[in-house]
Amino acid sequence: MFNKILIANRGEIACRIIKTARLMGIETVAVYSDADRHALHVQMADEAIHIGSSPSSESYLVIKKIIQAAIKTGAEAIHPGYGFLSENAEFCRQCAANSLVFIGPPVEAILAMGSKSAAKTIMADAGVPLVPGYHDDDQNPDIIKQAANKMGYPVLLKAAAGGGGKGMRAVHCEADFDEALDAAKREAMNGFNDDIMLVEKYLLKPRHVEIQVFCDSHKNAVYLFERDCSVQRRHQKVIEEAPAPNMTDALRKQMGAAALKAAKAINYEGAGTVEFLLDTKGEFFFMEMNTRLQVEHPVTEMISGQDLVEWQLRVAAGEPLPCSQDQLKINGHAFEARIYAEDPDHDFLPATGVLKCLQAPAENAHVRVDTGVVEGDEVSIYYDPMIAKLVVWDTDRDRALQRLTCALSEYRISGLTTNIGFLYNLAISQSFQHGDVDTRYIEEHEQEIFRQRDSDINYAAPLAAAAIVKLREQKAINTANSSSESNSPWHLSNSWGLPQPNIRLQIQQAVVESVVDSDINLEGINIAKTDAGFDLFTPQGFFHCAELQPDLGIDNEDSHGGNLNAPMNGTLVTLLVDVGAKVSKGDTLLVMEAMKMEHTIIAPSDGVVTEFYFQAGDLVDGGTELLVFEATSE
Amino acid sequence: MTIIKSKINSKSTDFVANAVAMQAQVDDLKATLTKISQGGGSKACERHIGRGKLLPRERVQGLLDPGSPFLELSALAAHDVYGEDVPAAGIITGIGRVSGQECVVVVNDATVKGGSYYPLTVKKHLRAQAIAAENNLPCVYLVDSGGANLPRQDDVFPDREHFGRIFFNQANMSARNIPQIAAVMGSCTAGGAYVPAMADESIIVKEQGTIFLAGPPLVKAATGEIVTAEELGGADVHCRTSGVADHLANNDHHALDLARKAVARLNRSKPVNGDLKETVEPVYDSKEIYGVIPADSRKSYDVREIIARIVDGSDFDEFKVLYGTTLVCGFARIFGYPVGIVANNGILFGESAQKGAHFIELCAQRKIPLVFLQNITGFMVGKQYENDGIAKHGAKMVTAVATANVPKFTILIGGSFGAGNYGMCGRAYDPRLMFMWPNARISVMGGEQAAGVLAQVTRDKYERDGVEWGADDEAKFKQPIIDNYEHQGHPYYASARLWDDGVIDPADTRMVLGLSISASHNRVIEDTKFGVFRM
Repeated sequence: MFNKILIANRGEIACRIIKTARLMGIETVAVYSDADRHALHVQMADEAIHIGSSPSSESYLVIKKIIQAAIKTGAEAIHPGYGFLSENAEFCRQCAANSLVFIGPPVEAILAMGSKSAAKTIMADAGVPLVPGYHDDDQNPDIIKQAANKMGYPVLLKAAAGGGGKGMRAVHCEADFDEALDAAKREAMNGFNDDIMLVEKYLLKPRHVEIQVFCDSHKNAVYLFERDCSVQRRHQKVIEEAPAPNMTDALRKQMGAAALKAAKAINYEGAGTVEFLLDTKGEFFFMEMNTRLQVEHPVTEMISGQDLVEWQLRVAAGEPLPCSQDQLKINGHAFEARIYAEDPDHDFLPATGVLKCLQAPAENAHVRVDTGVVEGDEVSIYYDPMIAKLVVWDTDRDRALQRLTCALSEYRISGLTTNIGFLYNLAISQSFQHGDVDTRYIEEHEQEIFRQRDSDINYAAPLAAAAIVKLREQKAINTANSSSESNSPWHLSNSWGLPQPNIRLQIQQAVVESVVDSDINLEGINIAKTDAGFDLFTPQGFFHCAELQPDLGIDNEDSHGGNLNAPMNGTLVTLLVDVGAKVSKGDTLLVMEAMKMEHTIIAPSDGVVTEFYFQAGDLVDGGTELLVFEATSE
Repeated sequence: MTIIKSKINSKSTDFVANAVAMQAQVDDLKATLTKISQGGGSKACERHIGRGKLLPRERVQGLLDPGSPFLELSALAAHDVYGEDVPAAGIITGIGRVSGQECVVVVNDATVKGGSYYPLTVKKHLRAQAIAAENNLPCVYLVDSGGANLPRQDDVFPDREHFGRIFFNQANMSARNIPQIAAVMGSCTAGGAYVPAMADESIIVKEQGTIFLAGPPLVKAATGEIVTAEELGGADVHCRTSGVADHLANNDHHALDLARKAVARLNRSKPVNGDLKETVEPVYDSKEIYGVIPADSRKSYDVREIIARIVDGSDFDEFKVLYGTTLVCGFARIFGYPVGIVANNGILFGESAQKGAHFIELCAQRKIPLVFLQNITGFMVGKQYENDGIAKHGAKMVTAVATANVPKFTILIGGSFGAGNYGMCGRAYDPRLMFMWPNARISVMGGEQAAGVLAQVTRDKYERDGVEWGADDEAKFKQPIIDNYEHQGHPYYASARLWDDGVIDPADTRMVLGLSISASHNRVIEDTKFGVFRM
């Protein structure tokens, strides 16, 4: 076994790896960028090496610096974590060239799975099932139809040049095929001036089910069951679970065998994940193979009782797998929810800022929190804005899910926007409760998850009003306790002697007025104070709430001009207007980039930019004044 | 620790009957107060709101710390007095918390006769100022008034306790660093203009508040000058040009916000006197007071049953429990504040009066506020008692009450008749605050007794003249006297004339006393110098 390893990563995964290494008596070396100088992984590691400035392209992605750090500290092996260099063949080669063990698969396996189309060819040859499709240039309708018949209905017709749903048709039986093909071709011709069509098997309510595999250098290979990661938004996993709901032993065995076949086809070693699409009929098809430890590996650890990082280290050190297939058993059920700094109500726009308050639910045998940040840390623009992974376990799915909703409602984060409420609403949504999930789950249950319906607001309003009274009461008690006269009835907060006034509230995006009903019971409802107001976790959903202060008639300067501020930390990309040039309301004044997304600053009215405070390429903090704008007077 | 052991059975027929009778009186009180709280009626309120103004009670709410209590005073003022409805005398007064500081708030109700000052409006305003002065509480005035009620100017303007006294008080309170803050949220004309002008800091709402000594009609009449109200004394004029006001508010909410800020920067802290403890609720439910008070006021009951339902933990350490037993004296706490309680438990005898005087001396010495629970038909009469010097014993108690320099609070829980009223700290003895229960009655003597006395005098006269005066005639003679005493002795009649500071639900007594005592602690309790006690 190694005496010392270097972890070429940051955040929660770096901390996660350090924990296991420490248990195994292995010394750890962390690497860090400028932004991570005081990060948790740096504090936890035995040694830490600075490897460059904050952008990952100048630090965590620079192979040379990491190899040098390993050589300098005498580390024998490098764990790449996930992301960054974890699936980088060149890095893998450089490790070997410098006599360092890369804790991961052989470079050939990385290369083989690196190209999605090449991977599919390898898998097809190895007999791993792929989503059937017709991608030939031969556009003879009969031949296309034959292909469709062969793959079985429903099928999806797609314009080769297509996009945006144009020229796309689902065909549910052979009888409808000809007409649908004609229609799709016409649409494609009109839309793209090109009517070449592809056919793919149309999977009904497909699920994303992946198999965790492990192989060693002694030709042993096992699978550690499956994870269901169907619930995704924009191809990012949101809540993962193991085992998959409604999975049968027979299907599990089949998929496990297929996954091992895939691994063996590329002479795999170490931890890998074979991702499949699973349809409602129990047919499954290879999507891709991830040649690294997955973000969601903890759910597998929770149900198998194994430490996958320990397995990785043992395999990398040349030891055989710690268990054989028949020693592995599924015990209970686990979920993982990814806590992100992002705004679900605004298309999941990444959020940045300082974690003013960060209180995770208490960890125990049922609750595990993998994180790389502590209260006071900043979620910066440089890296993935994941704050933590909340992992829960219990003896069955219902209980585990109950643990998940409960733990989510106990999470307290302020200082930036998070997806906790979104995760909560997702977890309590009815179909999810029943395990009825597929990859389109979030889109199809949008109303239930985002809670903007009138009925949601009407439900939440009296609870929010009661919550305000309760918060007032708590504040009054604090005030009383800090006064020299805590007994005074003037500290009471029940509006004695006055009628309880209606309370004006913002709930989600709606503004409502609600009476205060003293009979309302807030038991079972969690109130979390936020910067803007408070969040309510109710049995019916999560709601952002705030008490609206009366309008003091003070003009908002921004509506008449004045200064415009950066919406978040980011880089200034371009200035689009010249100083002194006249612009119209709605014109874009400059473009910022943050979290790999562009944000535009728009003229609030007709007027003139009189000064820019920054140049293109400058880094700016959220809230910073960017320019001076003078509105044209009417 | 001496916890009062209640002997009341809440299942007994008497208790239930009593509770029903009291409930009816409380219901009537609440219905009356609710109607009063609607101010000048829906039409006037709509017009008021239409001008972009908040209703006066909304202003109170917006001024006070959210959720904090409001001890409204004299809500029944002018009730059934003028032959026209003048709800709350057109002015809302009370004690409330603003930016953590207990303040007296005085709020004109422009929906009631334009907020003009009736004689009782003046009296109520002055009373609120007196409370502020006695308890060292900052004053916040929310002004929206057309000034003196011109048809009644003779009862409003000229006398010592009339309109001018408002400004005299402002000046003198300011001199004692009892801050005076005014927000002009409507008109503020003639004499009224001095409320903001005499304030330490004043706020005015733009395009809504006006301050001038004479309005546009009077100016035109006097000098022929034609001028708009806004030009004459609008917010802009006073904040930019004249300097009559200090802070310009955009609207009512903004004015209230500015007023709260003004209070927040007063740099005051409450002097906390004496030994405070955590609040403990009474062992018995306050609401049970309803069943304790006999529906028939002539029936007697043990006043300790009331005390047990008011004081912390029903814990009451009695003083001289075996002596002068018709007056119950003892130490207790209300909301953690130590108090001395003096409560009637029958007619006053010489011993009870001496015990009372002794107890009041103890409290004054120890700087413990006094609470009087008044239910007194008077001092004992008759040869034996006069010869024993009941007058001088009574005088000792009256001297003690009059000169004790601790906060005193009086609750009329039953009768308040004759010299008993004096000994038990009636209005003339300057209790910091004084409240009545709906079942209480106040007059120089009971209606029956007064009618009896007058009937006796009349009978003597008829007998001298040899005129026959039958029982029927006597009954006919007595009834209107009894009726008149009943009418004038009623709490609403009393409260309408500001003989007290309000009629309260007996179940609220503990809360009212707690708020009152706490507010009184804004002033340091000073040493007492008693007068000469006739021995």
